[in-house]
Amino acid sequence: MSIEINDVHKSFGPLEVIKGVSMTVAPGEVVSVIGGSGSGKSTLLMCVNGLEPINSGRVLIDGTDVHDRRTDLNKLRRRIGIVFQQWNAFPHLTVLENVMLAPRKVLGKPKAEAEAIAVEKLTHVGLAEKLKVYPSKLSGGQQQRMAIARALAMSPHYMLFDEVTSALDPQLVGEVLDTLRLLSSEGMTMIVVTHEIAFAREVSNRVAFFHQGRIHEIGPPSQVIGNPQKPETVAFLKSVL
Amino acid sequence: MFSSLIDTSFSLNDLWFMLKGAGVTLAVTFWAVLAGTLLGLVLGVVRATAPWWVNAPIGFVLDIFRSVPLLIQLVLANAFKPMIGLNWSSFTVGCVVLALYMSAYCTEIVRGGFLAVPATTRRAARSLGMSWSQDLTEIVFPIALRVALPSWIGLTLGVMKDTAMVWWIGVVELLRSSQVIVTRIQEPLLVLSIAGLIYFLMSFPIARLGARLERRWHEND
Ligand SMILES: Nc1ncnc2c1ncn2[C@@H]1O[C@H](COP(=O)(O)OP(=O)(O)O)[C@@H](O)[C@H]1O
Ligand SMILES: [Mg+2]
Repeated sequence: MSIEINDVHKSFGPLEVIKGVSMTVAPGEVVSVIGGSGSGKSTLLMCVNGLEPINSGRVLIDGTDVHDRRTDLNKLRRRIGIVFQQWNAFPHLTVLENVMLAPRKVLGKPKAEAEAIAVEKLTHVGLAEKLKVYPSKLSGGQQQRMAIARALAMSPHYMLFDEVTSALDPQLVGEVLDTLRLLSSEGMTMIVVTHEIAFAREVSNRVAFFHQGRIHEIGPPSQVIGNPQKPETVAFLKSVL
Repeated sequence: MFSSLIDTSFSLNDLWFMLKGAGVTLAVTFWAVLAGTLLGLVLGVVRATAPWWVNAPIGFVLDIFRSVPLLIQLVLANAFKPMIGLNWSSFTVGCVVLALYMSAYCTEIVRGGFLAVPATTRRAARSLGMSWSQDLTEIVFPIALRVALPSWIGLTLGVMKDTAMVWWIGVVELLRSSQVIVTRIQEPLLVLSIAGLIYFLMSFPIARLGARLERRWHEND
């Protein structure tokens, strides 16, 4: 039971973006991915849940090959939640309906049950007061927490986060990071792409530094952030701290 | 009724005759809008998603329907129908031509609405395990509808007025029935005012409905 990324290569046309990445994420583990813009972090996450095809290598989720033609991706994605940098609320649905939609349509849950799940998840991320509100009335931080609740409503085994605080006003970053902290304390297995180095240091079991489509350095935060071994890691940390 | 109020020879019978014409106008509008919208929906989705070599020929044909005056399309279709062995009534020809005309415009409206839905929103839907078709019905169509509705209402009202042209292939709709009465009683201003009022009463509910939906949606924006 784990996420296994094995020598993955991925190109957009002639541009190779992921150049042989391998990494295993064990159950309950939190792996943070840091690195410069354009280094391929977002692309890697999308290869993990099959939103982007890969050119070679393998991604196994609980032993299922994501990029095997015979794999039912819609079914597989129930097990992996992903939250993006953009908030991506469904603007025509209320907060409650946003979170109920996938449990109803994808899992086929009856309305009452889907609603109960949605209320539970929204309460968990601190949005119990906003059930009947439309997303446009929420702050960026609230929309992002709603997106997290929406992913959690599918009871995923894994969560992927792609710079979920990068588009937020500074004063809203804290509430979203608190939600991530909560999830990690509950034992959720997560890959967290982030620019919040202090946060990565605090919650991660391991930190991976991404550079030019490769994992340049990976290890416990005390090493990669506290005592980086590679000059590129040192330079990157200098640039963001 | 009218003759007691003002000095006119317009009778209740004439009004009834015009209302029957209005019924034909509504029927042509209904079929043209229904078929044109359904076809426009399919072609609009194709236009928004298909590769260029599918897109280009469809776009070319639709351009013809949009650039040739409707009157010419009606007369030509009516004239050519026996040659291709069709035994359609003028009413059917009118509905079909107007439906194609409607679909040509509707396709672009649907395509625009479809492309207005951000790719990131659709990706979020797919990442929740929703299928391609669930993404369409649950996410893309509802959002696109809000974008496209004002143009669709405008188009529908326009098509209702354009139905007047089926008169030229022999269908007695509201304008033609009005003209018959004008010829007989020689009171064009009165008769055309009544016809205009009837057109207005037929359009008004559609325009109102559109405005109401828009207002409701805007409260959520
Ligand atoms: N859909 C795409 N088509 C072409 N190039 C892309 C696409 N998505 C990303 N890229 C390119 O791939 C590289 C890595 O992008 P990304 O994974 O978004 O990096 P990061 O998330 O680390 O900033 C960039 O050079 C970017 O321009
Ligand atoms: Mg990115």
